[in-house]
Amino acid sequence: MPELILCGAAIFGLLYEALAPRTDRRWHLALALAGLGAAALATFPLWHWAGHSTVMAGMVAVDRFSVVSRLVLLSIAAMAVLYATHYMARSGDEIRGELYPLLLFATAGMTLITAAADLIVVFLALEVLSLALYVLAGISGRAASTEAAMKYFLLGAFSSAFFLFGVAWAYGATGTTKITAIANELAGRTGSQAIALLAFAFLAIGFAFKVAAVPFHMWTPDVYQGAPTPVTAFMSAATKTAAFFALIRVFDVSFQPLTWDWIPVVWVLAAITMVVGSVLAIAQSDIKRMLAYSSIANAGFVLTGLTSANAIGIRSAMFYLIAYAAMTLGAFGVVMLVSAQGEEQTSLVSYAGLSRRSPLLAGLLTLFLLSLAGIPPTAGFMAKVGVFGAAIQAGYWPLTVIGVLASVAAAFFYIRVIVLMYMQEPQGVQDEDRTVLLRVALAIPAILTLVLGVFPGLLVGVLEKASILRW
Amino acid sequence: MTNHLLSIVTFLPLAGVVVLLLWRGATDNASRVVGLLTTIATFIVSLAVLGRFQAGNPAYQLVERATWVKGLGLEYLVGIDGVSLWMVLLTTFLMPLAVLASWPIDRNVRLYMAGMLTLETAVLGSFVSLDLLLFFLFFEAILVPMYLIIGGWGGERRVYAAIKFFLFTMAGSAFLLVAILILYGKAAGPLGHGTFDIRALTAVASGLPATTTRWLFLAFFVAFAVKVPLFPLHTWLPDAHTEAPTAGSVLLAGVLLKVGAYGLIRFNLMLFPDASKYFATFVSILALIGIVYGAVVALIQTDIKRLVAYSSVSHLGFVVLGIFAFTSQGVSGGVLQMVNHGLSTGALFLLVGMVYERTHTRDLTKMGGLARVMPWLAGAFLFTVFASVGLPGLNNFVGEFLVIIGSFAVNPWFGAVAATAVILAAIYLLWSYQRMAYGPVREEHTHLPDVSLREVLVLAPILSLLLVFGVYPRLLTDRIDPTTSAVIAHVDPAHATQVGPVTGLAAASPGATP
Repeated sequence: MPELILCGAAIFGLLYEALAPRTDRRWHLALALAGLGAAALATFPLWHWAGHSTVMAGMVAVDRFSVVSRLVLLSIAAMAVLYATHYMARSGDEIRGELYPLLLFATAGMTLITAAADLIVVFLALEVLSLALYVLAGISGRAASTEAAMKYFLLGAFSSAFFLFGVAWAYGATGTTKITAIANELAGRTGSQAIALLAFAFLAIGFAFKVAAVPFHMWTPDVYQGAPTPVTAFMSAATKTAAFFALIRVFDVSFQPLTWDWIPVVWVLAAITMVVGSVLAIAQSDIKRMLAYSSIANAGFVLTGLTSANAIGIRSAMFYLIAYAAMTLGAFGVVMLVSAQGEEQTSLVSYAGLSRRSPLLAGLLTLFLLSLAGIPPTAGFMAKVGVFGAAIQAGYWPLTVIGVLASVAAAFFYIRVIVLMYMQEPQGVQDEDRTVLLRVALAIPAILTLVLGVFPGLLVGVLEKASILRW
Repeated sequence: MTNHLLSIVTFLPLAGVVVLLLWRGATDNASRVVGLLTTIATFIVSLAVLGRFQAGNPAYQLVERATWVKGLGLEYLVGIDGVSLWMVLLTTFLMPLAVLASWPIDRNVRLYMAGMLTLETAVLGSFVSLDLLLFFLFFEAILVPMYLIIGGWGGERRVYAAIKFFLFTMAGSAFLLVAILILYGKAAGPLGHGTFDIRALTAVASGLPATTTRWLFLAFFVAFAVKVPLFPLHTWLPDAHTEAPTAGSVLLAGVLLKVGAYGLIRFNLMLFPDASKYFATFVSILALIGIVYGAVVALIQTDIKRLVAYSSVSHLGFVVLGIFAFTSQGVSGGVLQMVNHGLSTGALFLLVGMVYERTHTRDLTKMGGLARVMPWLAGAFLFTVFASVGLPGLNNFVGEFLVIIGSFAVNPWFGAVAATAVILAAIYLLWSYQRMAYGPVREEHTHLPDVSLREVLVLAPILSLLLVFGVYPRLLTDRIDPTTSAVIAHVDPAHATQVGPVTGLAAASPGATP
C-alpha cells in the first residue's frame, strides 16, 4: 500500500514536470513530501497487522521488520528531498525537476525490497531502485556526474545479472523463489548443498555490490564523489539501509538452515571491508571520497553484527543502520553547506579553519565525524558496541579485535578533519551557505545522534520487536 | 537529593557546558567566571560526598542504580569507595585551580572552558562508574576534550602531541572494549542474561578458566598501562604534557593519569585476582623500569616541562609498584601516592606555567637567578620541589615510603631499586631548581613580576595540602585503608592485615602524628 502511494505521487510529479508550462520547485517539494507523508501514514497501522503474513499472493511480506525499514527509508527520503530543494535553489547546477519523482521511485523500490517475500520481487525492487539511482547520480549536468552515473550503471547491471543468476540457482535448488518456502525446503535436507550454496554466493555478490562491501566496492568512491551531494547523501544512507534490510531477510530467513556454511563468508567479507575501507580512507584528500570509504568501512561493521545469525545480530545491525543513516545524512548535509559554490569545494583543504568561519557547521560536522568514529556519547559508539557485542556473543571475538583496530585507524582520518577545522587557519576566502532552513534540518540528525548515543534504549525496544522475522 | 549526590557531582560541570554553549555572546571574562563558579560548586558538592562517606566501611557507598538499556543489561550504576573517593575529590579540587590558572588564555575562552568542564564530567564519571560499559563510555569520552584542549591551546607541536595522545589511548582502549564485551557475554551463562555490573562480573570472572582470565587481564592492562603510563607505552606522555597549556598539563598529570592507575586497582585486581598474581612480577619489573628510566631521562632534560613530565612517569611507576605488591603498605601507599602525586605534580606544572608566562621559555639553560627576581614564586617552587622529592614532613614522603616498604616485603630488590630512584629524583629536581633559581640573572629577566593575587589564590590551597597531608596522612588513609584491605583480601589473602599501614607504622615513622 505505501508503495502504491509513493509511485502515485512520483507519477504525478512526472506529469507535472512534463506538462506544466513552468515548473515551480515548491510544488514538487510539496508533492514529494505529501507523498512521503501519506506513505508513512499508511505504514503505521501495519505495526499491528494481524492478518496473513504475506499479501499479494505471497509476494510482499507484512511484518514489523518491514514497518521499521519503511519508516526509516521514508524519513531518509524526506531529508534528501529537503537537501535537494536547497541544493537546486542555490547551486549553479542545472538540475531538472525530475529529481523528485525519481527520488520517490527510488524510495518505493527501497521500501519494496525490504518487504519482499519472494526473490523475484526482491530483484524487481532492486531494479526499480537501481535504475532510479543511476539517473539520479547523473542528474546534474557536470561531466563528473555523468561519469559517475555511467560507472554505477555498468557495474550495477553486472551485479544485477549476478543476482538474477543467483535467483535462478535458488529456484533450481529448491523449486521455489518464495523466501520462506526456500527455507522450508532447505531445512529438511542433509548432504551436499552445492547448488543452494552457489545460489547463496551469487545472491551475496549482488547484495555486496549494493552495500559496497569489499571487493565489490570499486564504484563507491567515484560515484559518491561525482554525484550531486544530496543524491550522495540519499545513496549513502538509504541504499545501504534498504540493501542490508533485504540482505537480512534473504540470509537470515531463506538461508537460515545453512548458517554454518555462510557465516564464514560474512566473516571474511566483514573483516576485509572494515580494514580496506578504513585504511584507504586515510589517503583521501576529498571529503566526499573519504566519506565514501568510511561508508564502505561502516558496511563492514554491519556485516560484523550479522555474523551472529540470530535476532540479536539483526537487532544490532538495524540499530547500526539507523544510527549510520543519521550520521551520514548529517555529514553530507554539512558538506553540502560548506561547498556552496558548486562541487569543486569538496577538497579537504576547504575545511581548514571552518571553526572560525562557521562554528555551528564545524561543531555539527565534528559531532557526525565523532559518531562515525565511534566515540561516546554518540549513537555511533552505541551502534559499534551493539554489533561488536553481537559478534562476541556468537563467539567471533577475533573479528571484533579486527573491528576495533579498524575503528582506531578510521579515527585517524576523522580526527584529521577535525584538526583541520579547529586548529588551522582558513585558506582563501570561501563563502559558505547560511540558510536557516537547512541548518534546522540538520538539527534532526544531530539530535538523533546525541539522543541515541545516550538513550539507545528508546530504539532498542522497538527493534527487539522488529527483529523477529515472521515466517 | 542526597540519594543522587554522585550524579550531581558528575554532571554539574555539564550544566556549565550547556550555559557556555548557549550563551553565544559571552565575553571572555564571563566565560571564565562561569567556569570558575561551576568548578567551585562541584567541589562543594564533592565535600558533601566526603561528609557522607563512612570511614570504616570498605564496600561501595552512595550507590545509585538505574536501568539504562534494558535489552542489553546496561545500567547507570555509580558508587564510590575509599579509593575513588579521593580521586573524585582530587579532581574537583584541582579543577577550580586549573580554571584560575587558565585566566591568561585569551583565544576562544568560551570553548576552552566548555572543554575543561566536559573533561571534568568525563573524569568524574570514570571514577564513580560501577557498570563496565558506563566506565568505558566515560573513559573514552575523556579523549575528545583533552585532545581539543591540547590541540587548540597548546604549544608549538601541539597538533602532533594531541594526535599521538588520542591515537595511543584509543588503541589501548580498543582491546578494553573487546574484553568488556567478552566478559558481558560470559556473564550471560551463569546469570541468565548479560550484565556489566562490576560486582556481578567479579563472581563470573572467578569462574572462568585461568587462560581466559589472563588474556582478559592483559587486554584491560594494555588500556590502563597506556594511561598510567607504564613503560614502554609511555611515549605519548612527554609530548602531551609539554605541549598542553598549563591547566591541561595540570589536569593531565594530576587527574587523567590516575584514571589508569585507578583502573588497574578497580578492574584488573578485582576482576582477575589470580591473573594479577600471575603477572605481578612482570608488571612490577615494568614499573621499576619506568621509575628508573623516567628519572634518568629527566636528568638530561633542559625543557623544564618535559622534565616534570618524565618525573611523572617515574612517580607513577611507584604507584603501580605499590599496587602490585599486594601488601597493605604497598597498595595503600600506591593509592596515597596517587593523591599526593596529583597534588605535587599539579603544583609543579602550575608553577612551571607561571614561570613560562613570565620568561616565555621553558629552556633551563636560558634561565637563571630567578630567586632574586621573584622570591615568592621561587620559594613556592622550592617548597614543591621538596615535596616532589619526598622530603619527610611533606606529602610524597609518606606514599613513597609505604610503597618502598610494601615492595621490599615482596622482593628486597624491588624496594632497593625504587629507593635509588628517590635519590635520582632529588638530583634532577634540585639541579633543575638550581639552574632556574640560582646563578646569574639574565638581562631580560631582571624586571619580572612576582606572584600576583590570582596566582596566590591558585597556589595557596595546593601548597598547604602538600604540608597537611605530609604531616597528617591519617586524613587520607583512614578512608583508604578499609578498601585496600578488602582489595588485598580479595587478591592475596595471605597478605591481608586488618591494621592500616599508617597506624601500624605510627610509632616508627618520624613525620606522622597519631
